[in-house]
Amino acid sequence: MTKTVLKGAITSVAILAGAGMALAEGNLVINGDLELTTEAPAPSHIEGLTTVYSGWVFRDSFTQAMEMDDFDNPGMLFVDAGEDMWNEPAGTSGKACADCHGDASESMAGVRAVYPKWNEAAGEVRTLEMQINACRTENQGAEALKYGKGDIVSLEAYISMQSRGMPMNVAIDGPVADVWAQGKQMYYTRTGQLELSCASCHEENYGNLIRAETLSQGQTNGFPVYRIKDSVLTSAAGRFVGCVRDTKAETYKIDSSDFVALELYVASRGNGLSVEGVSVRN
Amino acid sequence: MKRIIPITVGVALVATLAVAAEVSPENVAFDEYGAVSESLTGVAGDAAAGLKAMETKSQGNCFACHQISAAADIPFHGSVGPSLDGVASRWDETQLRGIVAGVKNTFPDTVMPSFYKSSGFIRPGDGFTGKAGTEPLPTLLTAQQVEDIVAYLLTLTE
Repeated sequence: MTKTVLKGAITSVAILAGAGMALAEGNLVINGDLELTTEAPAPSHIEGLTTVYSGWVFRDSFTQAMEMDDFDNPGMLFVDAGEDMWNEPAGTSGKACADCHGDASESMAGVRAVYPKWNEAAGEVRTLEMQINACRTENQGAEALKYGKGDIVSLEAYISMQSRGMPMNVAIDGPVADVWAQGKQMYYTRTGQLELSCASCHEENYGNLIRAETLSQGQTNGFPVYRIKDSVLTSAAGRFVGCVRDTKAETYKIDSSDFVALELYVASRGNGLSVEGVSVRN
Repeated sequence: MKRIIPITVGVALVATLAVAAEVSPENVAFDEYGAVSESLTGVAGDAAAGLKAMETKSQGNCFACHQISAAADIPFHGSVGPSLDGVASRWDETQLRGIVAGVKNTFPDTVMPSFYKSSGFIRPGDGFTGKAGTEPLPTLLTAQQVEDIVAYLLTLTE
């Protein structure tokens, strides 16, 4: 059912594009009433940028428009699936997320904006995906889910939606300082046979074209992201795997501590930009 | 049947000689400014083949980043790197060879990859698989493709 609806959504959007529908440039306003911050002064801990921009700014008007209306945003179908997961019992406990966390619009409001974050009891930095799996294995008696795409990202999308419009505000000091520093070092490390770092494209060359693609700043405030070219919802870690691979490098494992560090650092580069809930990119 | 065998042996010999004449990636002689005066193959570059290697995504993929007005029929020129219009009036053959083969000897901080380099990478991969590769990696361009591209670039005088 979900797949049928998805195809329908893409087809109708394709028809709009085929008609050459020109859309006005402007701000990211969802459903005509929620304005998101897509441009903000760079956080003081980011030396290489003066202004930070959501990836939405760099997309064509057709892709931008898909995110501006929840009926056109294919990511919303995954949000619905995530809501179902929130309310369905899972694992040997027979408990659903909702049994402990109640109404997500209250308990999860603001959560997405501060992840990745330090978990004191576990003594580690956790991404939202890690926290979901920790809840499943430790509290629900359910199996861990694979990162990157699929069910875990649907649930992440539902949780993320409860923070839509709130500014990213990831902590970088205190117990996370060492991990943050590791992520920063990774960001500037030129990997693979192409010897490209994250910064090579997303700090030094955002706004420039690679063939027909405009490079963004690689901000993560929009994740999970619905990628039109793949027709799937992707987490930041899932995207990182592909990005490092594309430098002709041995990529890091999707569940590695390396990517936790990178996700924390990259998220901190976007402090001040709005959580977009589920975004649409090409 | 018997005639085919000597021909095969002859071809194999020629191939061996050609490989032996190539400068290996570790032995490219960059001068202090990054230029390479000696041809990597001793075989004159073919400009048409050079343009083809520049266009091909699995080879040079130069248009991912660079623009060339004379090659406007090739779609989607990127804008990460500078236009190559008139590049032959700014650089001579030895400098262009050095830039194509190992640009960081000329511009240490450039984002441009080194196209005739096989080792010394951080987390070298096996192509675009995401898996680990084993150095020496196959170079992004062959020695002759470097020479062919230099020959094409030398046609861009304005």
